[in-house]
Amino acid sequence: MLTGTHFLQGNAACAEGAIAAGCRFFAGYPITPSTEIAERMARRLPEVGGVFIQMEDEIGAIAAVIGASWAGVKAMTATSGPGFSLMQENIGLAAMTETPCVIVDVMRAGPSTGQPTKPSQQDVMQAKWGSHGDYEVIALSPASAQEMFDFTIECFNLAEEYRVPTILLADGFIAHAWERVVIPPPEEIKVVERKGPEAPPGDRLDLVPPMACFGRGYRVHVTGLTHDERGYPQADSVEVQRRLVKRLCDKIRANADRIVKTKAFALDDAEVVVIAYGAPSRPALKAVKMARENGLKAGLLRLITLWPFPEKDVIRLSSHVKAFIVLEMNYGQLVREVERAAKGTAVTLLSKLGEELHTPYEILRALKEVC
Amino acid sequence: MVEKLTFTHPLSKYLRVDRLPHIWCEGCGNGIVLNCFIRALDELGANLDELVVVSGIGCIGRIAGYVNVDSFHTTHGRAIAIATGIKLANPRLKVVVISGDGDLFAIGGNHFIHAARRNVNLTVICVNNFNYGMTGGQLGPTTPLDSITTTSPYGNVESPFNLAHLAASSGAVYVARWTAFHIHELTKSIKASLKRRGFTFIEVISPCPELYGRYNKMGRGVDMMNWLKRVSEVRHGCDPAKAEVSSSKIVVGEFVSVDKPTYDQLIYQLMERVKGGSSVEGGG
Repeated sequence: MLTGTHFLQGNAACAEGAIAAGCRFFAGYPITPSTEIAERMARRLPEVGGVFIQMEDEIGAIAAVIGASWAGVKAMTATSGPGFSLMQENIGLAAMTETPCVIVDVMRAGPSTGQPTKPSQQDVMQAKWGSHGDYEVIALSPASAQEMFDFTIECFNLAEEYRVPTILLADGFIAHAWERVVIPPPEEIKVVERKGPEAPPGDRLDLVPPMACFGRGYRVHVTGLTHDERGYPQADSVEVQRRLVKRLCDKIRANADRIVKTKAFALDDAEVVVIAYGAPSRPALKAVKMARENGLKAGLLRLITLWPFPEKDVIRLSSHVKAFIVLEMNYGQLVREVERAAKGTAVTLLSKLGEELHTPYEILRALKEVC
Repeated sequence: MVEKLTFTHPLSKYLRVDRLPHIWCEGCGNGIVLNCFIRALDELGANLDELVVVSGIGCIGRIAGYVNVDSFHTTHGRAIAIATGIKLANPRLKVVVISGDGDLFAIGGNHFIHAARRNVNLTVICVNNFNYGMTGGQLGPTTPLDSITTTSPYGNVESPFNLAHLAASSGAVYVARWTAFHIHELTKSIKASLKRRGFTFIEVISPCPELYGRYNKMGRGVDMMNWLKRVSEVRHGCDPAKAEVSSSKIVVGEFVSVDKPTYDQLIYQLMERVKGGSSVEGGG
């Protein structure tokens, strides 16, 4: 296991985080700007007794990941916009079958082929709503190579804890940034292991939510059809559909307080709050510091969890702040969630399209305008 | 005194009997394939706790819900890709894919050819009924030319795949074709395929009297079964390219049987070679 301090690319840090979390299966398909994750996993996984496979497309990649997870192995794939679109149907299957797995989406500029080498944050809504039907996922947003390592581990832990597909929603800036990454020794890394059923095979009511993987004698049936607690299809039952969909959503919604993480800077007396996630949260911090030096009561709410959306933080702040400024490298996506939670408090979007990242000066200018 | 007698079918331990009766129509070949499959398991004395059945979407896709083993009823077309993940993550498991012609060769065609090319250690059984049954009898990738379906109401103008030929040329190590009429031969082929290592493929031509048969005036289930009996010709070792499937002739038999290293063998050998090493120690 790699430990110590290293100069790593964000994507390499992500791969090392996966290995530290116990990931021993990776299926992927080459796509910029996420390919380095697959390349590093191809090199590293066999060294630690894991399997790497380059599939024929991204649909196959997420499918193989779901299969590997049911065979009892922690599994991951990594992709970017077009590949993420192709994966959506099976992300829904993973949600429906409560399959723990991690999907890394290194966001590039779209729509369609867009700008393959240019960073963006244009898949934020797709990460939540990309597959059909009602379901919940968890998505985290890293803002440094160190967090590519740390949050990948966190994604695996959340996936196992809640039996849910978990998405590391990185952007091309962070994934391609080379930075200092500290990898602690394995005993200092918190790793959540899968909870299996405690009842012996045959006591079938206990199968869900503990996960009975294949080959353990439970004779489990897994289906994307609406199914009862035994796993049997009940495609015509209104009651089973209601119970299942509610539970798939509520296991995340009811635990949102435990899942959601944000970082606060200078929020206590802030009158104007910048909300940022991923790469833009770095110039945002600089801008808020500059604003404070200029006597402006500015603060920063950095979103680490994007899904479930940290609405309680926004609701709490909206009771006393004058305005929110939302930074996004898209034409306005998560800003809608902020507006929903802000309940009438003014919300301004600072949007960036293309390769450009917000500069601290333009954020400061926006702060001055509303302060 | 009248004694109450209860009977248990000798093969019922292979089925989730609480899921029966199955959803398949009268005259459909799916039940025959299920029967042959569990007979093969019984005759082999297969370890049911190390067997996984994976299916896709469609009528035969429901088979995963009836077999009493670990089973995965997947998304449309993705059975082989999911089975690939299962097999590679736990090579101890015997993984069997049972699905239909539309699922495996239209929407899932890409996964089929690549799993065969890699020689992923899977048994793949395709129940070919010449149409999409679950959705009401539409044109599929094996629908014969000129056939009537609900989406080829004036006759099919597309050339069908020869599945055995496609499997063989993609790299399958074992290729056989039977019909729902050939229950003993099919059971034998399933046994042979379960015993082998590598990507093995069995095509089963199966009657769909409710839809394909009805639109093409082929009669009821028993008439279609008689048709399969009449037009089938056993030719073991036949060049799959010449193994015809048409309304007047269906060439059946074991066409391909070769040996080559499987994907999981190669990947685990590679792992043994590099295990414990570190290509990144001390640097990025």
